[in-house]
Amino acid sequence: MTVTDPRNPTVPPSSRPSLAVWKFASCDGCQLTLLDCEDELLAVADQLDVAFFLEASSASVAGPYDVSLVEGSITTEEDRARIQEVRAQSKTLITIGACATAGGIQALRNTSDVSEFLRIVYATPSYISTLETSTPIADHVSVDFELRGCPIDRQQLLEVIGAYLVGRTPNTPGHSVCVECKQQGNPCVLVAHGTPCLGPATQAGCGALCPSYLRGCYGCFGPAETPNPHSLGATLLEAGLPPDELQRLFHTYNAWAEPFRGAVQVPTPTHRRPATQQENTR
Amino acid sequence: MTHRAGGSRRLSTGALARVEGEGAMHIDIRDGELVDVQLNIYEPPRFFEGFLRGRGLEEPVDITARICGICPVAYQMSACAAIEDALGITVDGPLRALRHLLYCGEWIESHTLHIHMLHAPDFLGVDSVIEMAQDHRPEVERGLEIKKIGNEVLSLLGGRAIHPINVRVGGFYRVPTVAELQPLRERLLRGRDLAEEAVDWVAGFSFADLDIDHEFVAAQHPTDYPFLAERIESDGGVDIAVADFPDHFEEHQVPHSTALHARHLGHAEASTDDADDATDAAAVRFEPGNYLVGPLARYSLFSERLSAGARAAADRAGLGPTCRNPFQSIVVRAVEVLHAYETAIKLVDGYERPDLAAVPYDVRPGTGHGVTEAPRGLLYHRYQIDENGLLSDAVIVPPTSQNQATIEHDLWHFVEANLDLDDESLRRQAEVTIRNHDPCISCATHFLDLTVSRT
Repeated sequence: MTVTDPRNPTVPPSSRPSLAVWKFASCDGCQLTLLDCEDELLAVADQLDVAFFLEASSASVAGPYDVSLVEGSITTEEDRARIQEVRAQSKTLITIGACATAGGIQALRNTSDVSEFLRIVYATPSYISTLETSTPIADHVSVDFELRGCPIDRQQLLEVIGAYLVGRTPNTPGHSVCVECKQQGNPCVLVAHGTPCLGPATQAGCGALCPSYLRGCYGCFGPAETPNPHSLGATLLEAGLPPDELQRLFHTYNAWAEPFRGAVQVPTPTHRRPATQQENTR
Repeated sequence: MTHRAGGSRRLSTGALARVEGEGAMHIDIRDGELVDVQLNIYEPPRFFEGFLRGRGLEEPVDITARICGICPVAYQMSACAAIEDALGITVDGPLRALRHLLYCGEWIESHTLHIHMLHAPDFLGVDSVIEMAQDHRPEVERGLEIKKIGNEVLSLLGGRAIHPINVRVGGFYRVPTVAELQPLRERLLRGRDLAEEAVDWVAGFSFADLDIDHEFVAAQHPTDYPFLAERIESDGGVDIAVADFPDHFEEHQVPHSTALHARHLGHAEASTDDADDATDAAAVRFEPGNYLVGPLARYSLFSERLSAGARAAADRAGLGPTCRNPFQSIVVRAVEVLHAYETAIKLVDGYERPDLAAVPYDVRPGTGHGVTEAPRGLLYHRYQIDENGLLSDAVIVPPTSQNQATIEHDLWHFVEANLDLDDESLRRQAEVTIRNHDPCISCATHFLDLTVSRT
């Protein structure tokens, strides 16, 4: 994609690191998170040259870029080529959000018939060009860091940008939402109220939002580091969750993330089996 | 019409900036005559209406929020309205008030983003809010604070600003206590004052002349400025129940867009009203029946219902009872932000905690329609629910797809009247013509790639 603006062909060189923000198939919410850093935005802008950020600026600077934030998943041939260019122009490439890290909700097409979806939405499907799948960025190019969430958490985004500015590894926990519930002093919604909750298999980062509002976690941060979705699934079935609801619960915002994808093959109560050691440590 | 001999030029810009999502614009000028304009949306389709089929009736509230990170609450509100319509339940009293309050937060956040970060740079001749901060730092900081307080409303009631987690069919998962809501009051008062200053600030910008003659359509409520709605109204004589939307408005597909275009059927057959100020070429290019939703429509239909402070600020800004210049939409948005603040204060003051966080319901099959006013305009949802509580059909009509043909119309009129501008100015102004309507291409779908060709 050429994104030169004749109004602003050159921008004075700078010793500050350059930041680019890229969008693929997505809702814009994760890049909006950057603009939602009201208290920090101008400070961040003082530390970085925002060299390419189409949603925020009509000026753009040609690459290469020190840090690229990539939002969205790959769903078209054009985007499959464009992500290669973005990678080539980026010293560090960080994917942000469930679309970029797991294919997003639009990855629900991966287990369905896309031509059927096309017929449902569009009267003349032949005008539309799309791939059969929605895939994460890491399926196409090497990724230096993945920040999870649907949407990402603002504090975690600042942590990641800050860490790359000073050259250290971002401190984002890989443990489950359960840990955050304990930190907040939340009673367990699953144990205390029988509310179906994906917290035990889901990566922390949101601050245990849903249980804090008395609802079960719906897994928008994707699988935790060592999740055991089969064991959790069995527990939820035992608690009375119908199998089709369990399937939909795992199969939404991070449906194509490997451990959740596997969890979709829900064991019916009669075919339930214990989780294997291999699954435990995946 | 053009001052250039022959008038054959070809211009092109890579991608339109400062809109939500991505798309292209093409302007075709041959021998000094405008031949075509296209707002070309090629955002990769994400098929929400497809994969909603077979999902549970509680799910569209969270799933459709993912259509747009900038106005997720709008999707949650219209989804709830449609599903509750199908289930035959009514959400009123404090639960409705809380929804209204949540929606105020989103209007504040979304409009302020557009006013300060996307649109104001056009009026100040800069490329971005970051560049704007060099010469207008106090105004930028004020804008950020106005936006931040809107996000605080969203976070308190919704859990987080983007894709809130606390909204459900029938109400909420958890409702705040009066004491929990109270600290918001002081913040809202502060935001109110800042929002008032912001109206006066944007009113001082200079605006190009453009007087549009589109039909204005907005959701209607018996007493409130439109947020949560009961009917649909237009200045073209429409006054219909929400469920009659599909009988009066139709979405159709055009080759150059992954977003469907909408048109007003009643007017699609007959109306030649706007032929007066349209050229023959425009009459050929555009099918009749285009209409506009959003701030200009809401304001022009219901400005008398604005809160007192917002009304006074609108007067000070020189807005009449209606506004038909899209370049002034930034002022109307600023007035609506002030209205949202004053409404929010009233809602906080009048809040009593309901006994139940959500109205209970029994699953039953049926079809439901829901309309609410997203920041960008009327947002329609329809769901068909089967006997097991699963969706057998879903239809979503976002504001930007309704406005798409109208934005092209505006472009046509603006470009035609300004063919004597040099390429660079024409391109820049044409971009602004699009940004005036704050198109949300993520909603409609994505990619704005700007091309002006003169051959």
